[in-house]
Amino acid sequence: MTYAVGQRVRVSARSHEGHHRTPGYVKGQAGTISRVHAAYPNPETRAYGATGLPEQQLYLIALASDTKNHVYVDVFGHWLEEAK
Amino acid sequence: MNGGMERAVHDRGGWPTGEPIDRAEHDLADWEVLMDSIVGTLGANGTMNTDELRRGIEGMPPAEYEHASYYERWLFSVEKVLTEKGVLAPGELDA
Repeated sequence: MTYAVGQRVRVSARSHEGHHRTPGYVKGQAGTISRVHAAYPNPETRAYGATGLPEQQLYLIALASDTKNHVYVDVFGHWLEEAK
Repeated sequence: MNGGMERAVHDRGGWPTGEPIDRAEHDLADWEVLMDSIVGTLGANGTMNTDELRRGIEGMPPAEYEHASYYERWLFSVEKVLTEKGVLAPGELDA
């Protein structure tokens, strides 16, 4: 699953045992794809000495903080779902 | 907002606090500069990567994490990961 700039997404609220880089405060939050970064080695496996391959696509997500402001967070694609 | 999901001690974005952020610069002790250089070398020679360093830091017992300085956390993690890998014997740095 890949996402395009402007697409609405939700950060997965699934539980995850072990190392991962998705901050707790964005889990379950809906936002908009703001930028499509490159793909990077997966820190979830690399943290245990593996290569981190296959690389995972990284996105910049804009989350509405209030009516005027956004919080921008980098989130890997495998943590995103299409927002309804 | 995340269903009461368990969060590790480092995962503190959005925590309520009334305390201001300490933005003061401070001088590094010699051992802290050395710690930085050791981690750089371990990465460059493929012994230990940044994600392993972070896993070690973020898995620290919460009370130790709270009391440790930035590079004390690095030292904790390097000792843990290098011991896992058999580069260091258990307790070797205490000898």
